[in-house]
Amino acid sequence: MAVDSQTVEKLAELARIAISAETIDEVSNRLGDVLQLVDQLQAVHTEGVAPMAHPLDEVQVLRADQVTEADRREEFLQLAPQSEAGLYLVPKVID
Amino acid sequence: MHQFTIAEIIRGLRDKQFSSVEITRHLLDRIQQLDSNYNSFITVTGEMALAQAAAADQRLAAGEAPALCGVPIAHKDIFCTSGVRTSCGSRMLDNFVPPYDATVVEKFNSAGSVTLGKTNMDEFAMGSSNESSYYGPVKNPWNTDCVPGGSSGGSAAAVAALLAPGTTATDTGGSIRQPAAMTNTTGLKPTYGRVSRWGMIAFASSLDQAGPIARNAEDCAYLLSAMAGHDDRDSTSLNRPEQDYTLNLNDSITGLKIGVPKEYFGEGLSTDVAARVQDALNEFEKLGAELVDITLPHTDLAVPAYYVIAPAEASANLSRFDGVRYGHRCDDPKDLRDLYMRSRGEGFGDEVQRRILVGTYALSAGYYDAYYNKAQQVRRLIKQDFVQAFEKVDVIMGPTAPSPAFGLGEKKSDPVAMYLEDIFTIATNLAGLPGMSLPCGLVNHMPVGLQIIGNYLEEARMLNIAHRYQQVTDWHKVSAPSIAEAAATEGE
Repeated sequence: MAVDSQTVEKLAELARIAISAETIDEVSNRLGDVLQLVDQLQAVHTEGVAPMAHPLDEVQVLRADQVTEADRREEFLQLAPQSEAGLYLVPKVID
Repeated sequence: MHQFTIAEIIRGLRDKQFSSVEITRHLLDRIQQLDSNYNSFITVTGEMALAQAAAADQRLAAGEAPALCGVPIAHKDIFCTSGVRTSCGSRMLDNFVPPYDATVVEKFNSAGSVTLGKTNMDEFAMGSSNESSYYGPVKNPWNTDCVPGGSSGGSAAAVAALLAPGTTATDTGGSIRQPAAMTNTTGLKPTYGRVSRWGMIAFASSLDQAGPIARNAEDCAYLLSAMAGHDDRDSTSLNRPEQDYTLNLNDSITGLKIGVPKEYFGEGLSTDVAARVQDALNEFEKLGAELVDITLPHTDLAVPAYYVIAPAEASANLSRFDGVRYGHRCDDPKDLRDLYMRSRGEGFGDEVQRRILVGTYALSAGYYDAYYNKAQQVRRLIKQDFVQAFEKVDVIMGPTAPSPAFGLGEKKSDPVAMYLEDIFTIATNLAGLPGMSLPCGLVNHMPVGLQIIGNYLEEARMLNIAHRYQQVTDWHKVSAPSIAEAAATEGE
């Protein structure tokens, strides 16, 4: 299945990944190869088959709503490329 | 000392033949001298290792040490290590120093084992050749022009090059078993949920599972005993009692029913690999096992289903890398959108970007049912194949990989060819079953792996079966020629 460059641009926008104009054809081709591979699934008869989420059909566990972790805000903020006054810094979003 | 297995190190430390500091220093020296040939480590933690070794020696002297106390190992660079850079093989995390340990690391630390360093891997564990690492490819100790397999290529090569007796690794579609096969090591991917994923950087959450790589099944049993167990912090972790996987290694396997799936011996499999696997099956017959022909009819659909599910989950998991909270950020972003786009465009390599885009496609409006939902249905069909097979047999055996290690660069530009490397391993991840690979011979001087697939939670039985095979065969003891020669010279 071929993927056109417009589709790749749309996917790149959705995934927030900058893709250079020079590589877009290459990306389209490789993506097409992968989609061709996975399109084999379309021929399989799956009516009435329940989609599988966990191999052992375990269910999500619940726990008491209690604080279990210590506050490590400063340590985590130190990992940020930019932070100030206990907050993450990003370029201005609102004018 | 680098030739000692984990079992031998455990005995040697207790018998005071050598100390943990001695063997740790020896292995660190060896890594420093030799690893430039293989590139199996991203980070070597020498200072920390020696401090851990000294502490382990004290515990050993006090006579209160757990089994792995003082045993040097290395962790795949996907496990968060407090205060030690954890890159996941990516430029995105080149500067990431986690403030906490993964549960797996925490368990090894409390068992007293020594961390030599962090091993190289395909970027975010996406690859089957270890060529997608930001830190360069790992080279196969058996032939440095060949790949070691992936994604846990560094963990496998470090064991094969006798730089570490055992390593941790992860397996989402074959990333423990395929590199183990290509480097003549023994690797085990446990049942999904057996080992906690907390602090293990996520690729495809419903498939990812951690396990050991070592020189034999006995050593894998020691490592798994330390790694496995329920963890409240991982909601998919199985709530089953911890166990000592070394206890049943010597059980008899007389009467064992081994299923041999015809789909694993068809098109795509090298005839030489098939012959070595057949030799191993014959060996099991001599040990009293019975071979049973079985069929896993949906085998062909495993790779296509995987390449919907894994990229879909990856695209969601990797959305956390936004250039805001940690990881790579581009220079001079002009606005927030530009910050996201360029940070991710620069921080992720080609294969990771490709999988995110495929996953985004599969999950985008109007495609969910046709791709993700369909793949999850097919996944159940694949699981049912195994459930039916395990009504007739105790374990399933076949090849781990379709051919021995291929050349560096050979498949790098053709993702689909690379994906087919995992044709025999992926179904196990989709079904959540445990699988292992062990050495079963050589083809043109390169190693071949036998795959054992067990029923859910049957890791102890699989290790027992593998151990019995390794009691009567020597393939796992064969070292790469260059390593064996160097060891011989050193011994003179």
